[in-house]
Amino acid sequence: MTPRDPTERDVELLESHETDIFAGFEGDIPGEPGRLETWIRAYGPAAAAFVVVLALWEILTRALDIETFLLPKPSEILDRFITNAPIIWGHGFRTLVEALGGFVIGGTLAVAMAFATVRWAAIREGLLPFAIAANTMPIIALAPIANNWFNVTSPLSKMAVVSVIVFFPVMINTTRGLFEVDPGELDLLRSMAATPREVLRHVRIPNALPYFFSALKVASTLSIIGAIVAEYFGGPQDVLGQYILNRANLFQFPDAWAAILVASILGIAFYVLIVLVERLAMPWHVSLRATEGG
Amino acid sequence: MSDAVVVARGVGKVFGTDTDRVEALRGIDLQIARGEFISLIGPSGCGKSTLLRLIGDLLQPSAGELVVNGKPPRQARLDRDYGIVFQQPTLLDWRTVRANVELPLEIMGVAREERAARAEEMLALVQLAEFADHHPWQLSGGMQQRVAIARALGFRPALLLMDEPFGALDEMTRELMQQELLRIWTETETTVVFVTHSIPEAVFLSTRVVVMSPRPGRISAVIDVPLAHPRDVETRESDDYYRLITEVREALRRGETGEGRR
Repeated sequence: MTPRDPTERDVELLESHETDIFAGFEGDIPGEPGRLETWIRAYGPAAAAFVVVLALWEILTRALDIETFLLPKPSEILDRFITNAPIIWGHGFRTLVEALGGFVIGGTLAVAMAFATVRWAAIREGLLPFAIAANTMPIIALAPIANNWFNVTSPLSKMAVVSVIVFFPVMINTTRGLFEVDPGELDLLRSMAATPREVLRHVRIPNALPYFFSALKVASTLSIIGAIVAEYFGGPQDVLGQYILNRANLFQFPDAWAAILVASILGIAFYVLIVLVERLAMPWHVSLRATEGG
Repeated sequence: MSDAVVVARGVGKVFGTDTDRVEALRGIDLQIARGEFISLIGPSGCGKSTLLRLIGDLLQPSAGELVVNGKPPRQARLDRDYGIVFQQPTLLDWRTVRANVELPLEIMGVAREERAARAEEMLALVQLAEFADHHPWQLSGGMQQRVAIARALGFRPALLLMDEPFGALDEMTRELMQQELLRIWTETETTVVFVTHSIPEAVFLSTRVVVMSPRPGRISAVIDVPLAHPRDVETRESDDYYRLITEVREALRRGETGEGRR
C-alpha cells in the first residue's frame, strides 16, 4: 500500500488555503505604512492630548489668575523641577529604593506562596480565602504601625508597607495563572505520563506568566504610591513623601508639584521596565504578537 | 488475543454521585487488533469520547476490565504506549512547532539530537517541515492539527487515540486531513481508535466502524469496511462507499430508536 500522489486539486486547495493565512505575517507588504508613520499613528493622539492639556492648564491659570497655592502654572512647576533637580531627584532615588526593595521582597514572597499553593492543597484551601480577603483591605492603613514595628528611621519600615501592598495582588494573580490551565493541556501531559514537576514547568508556569506580569504592572505603580504614603507617616526627611509634605506645609506648592512630577516619572519608568521584561519573557503571548511578525 | 491492542470486557462508566448519577457506558465488549483503524461513532452522549478516555487512562472505568497492549491502561500510559489527539490541537503557544513535537520526547528523556531528528521526521511525515520554527498561532487550524498528530506519533506509539480530531475543520480541509491520516496510518502501521460523529468520515477511514447508541452508551453494531486501500477521491464516489454509509446510518437509527437492544 503506497500513498497516493496528491491530485492537483488537493495541492491547489492546500496552497490557496494556507498561503492566505500567512499573508498577514509576511511583514513589509508594499503599500503598508512605514515605521515612522505607524509610530505616529500609535502615539500621536496621546502626545497631542498631552501638549493640549498642558497648554490649556498654562493659559487658564494665567487668564483666570488662579492662586499658586491652588494650582501652580506648569511653567512654575517646570522651573522648580529644573532648579531643584539635584534635591528632588536625590529624594526620589531614596524613595525608589524603598519602593524597589518592598517590591522585590513582596513579589518574591508572593511567588513562593503561589508555588506553595500548587504543591500543598492545604495551603490553597486554608490560606487562599484569607489572602483574597486581605487583598480587599486598605493595607496602606498599616503604614503608621509598620513604622512602629520596623524603626521609623529605617527604609525597612517603608519597604515593609510596600511589600505587603505588592504581596497580595501578585500572589493571587500568580496562583490563578498556575491553576487556570486548559484542561486539555493537563490531559495531554497526563497522556505523556508527565510528573507534577514537568506539568508545572511545561504548562503551569508558562500559563501563569501573563497573570504574573499583569500583577507586576499593577504592583509597580502601587509600590511607588505605597512608599510615598508610608513616608507621610514619618521618618527621614530626605525622601519624596516628607519633601512634598514639608513644602506643602510651607505653601511652596510648585516645589511639591515638582516632587510629584518626579514620583510620576519614577512610577512610569518602573512600569515601562516591567513591560519590557514582559516582552522578553513571553514574546509568544497574544497581546505581544503584533510586534513579532512572522 | 495476543495480537489485540485493546480488549474491553463488560466496561461501564458512571459519572457523578449516588444521588445525581449519569451512566455514560454500559457493558462494552470490544477487541481491537494490531494495525486496525477503528472508528467509534454515535450521537452526542453515547459515550464514545468516554470510551476513548477510558482506553487512554484519562478516566477510570466503574465496571469491567480494560487491557491495552496486554497491560492495564494505567501501565500502558506510563509506558507511553499511546499518543492522543484531541478535537482542539492543544499546542503550547510558548513553544515553536518543533518544540511542541519534541515535548513528549523531552518528557521521556530522549537525548537532544535524537529528539531533533525525530521531530524532523514527524514534521516531514505531516508535511510541515518548513514550519518547524513557527509558533502554533501562525498556522491554520488544519496545520495545527497536523502538528498535534506529529506530536502524538513522535514516540512511535502502538496506539493512536483520536477524539474528533477534525471536528473543528472546514469540509475541504477535513477531507485532505483524512487523506493524510490514512497515508500516515499506512506508513507508520499504527493502530488507530478514532472518535467521530461523521458517518462518511468513519466509513472512509476505518477498517471497522463501531456504532454506539446513547443512554446508557453501548455498542449497537460493528460494521466491517472492506473498501480497498489506498483510498482516495474515487473511493468517496464508489457504490460500495455509499452502501456502507447507508449501512452505518441505518445502524445508528436502529440504535437511536432502541431496536436491536439486547
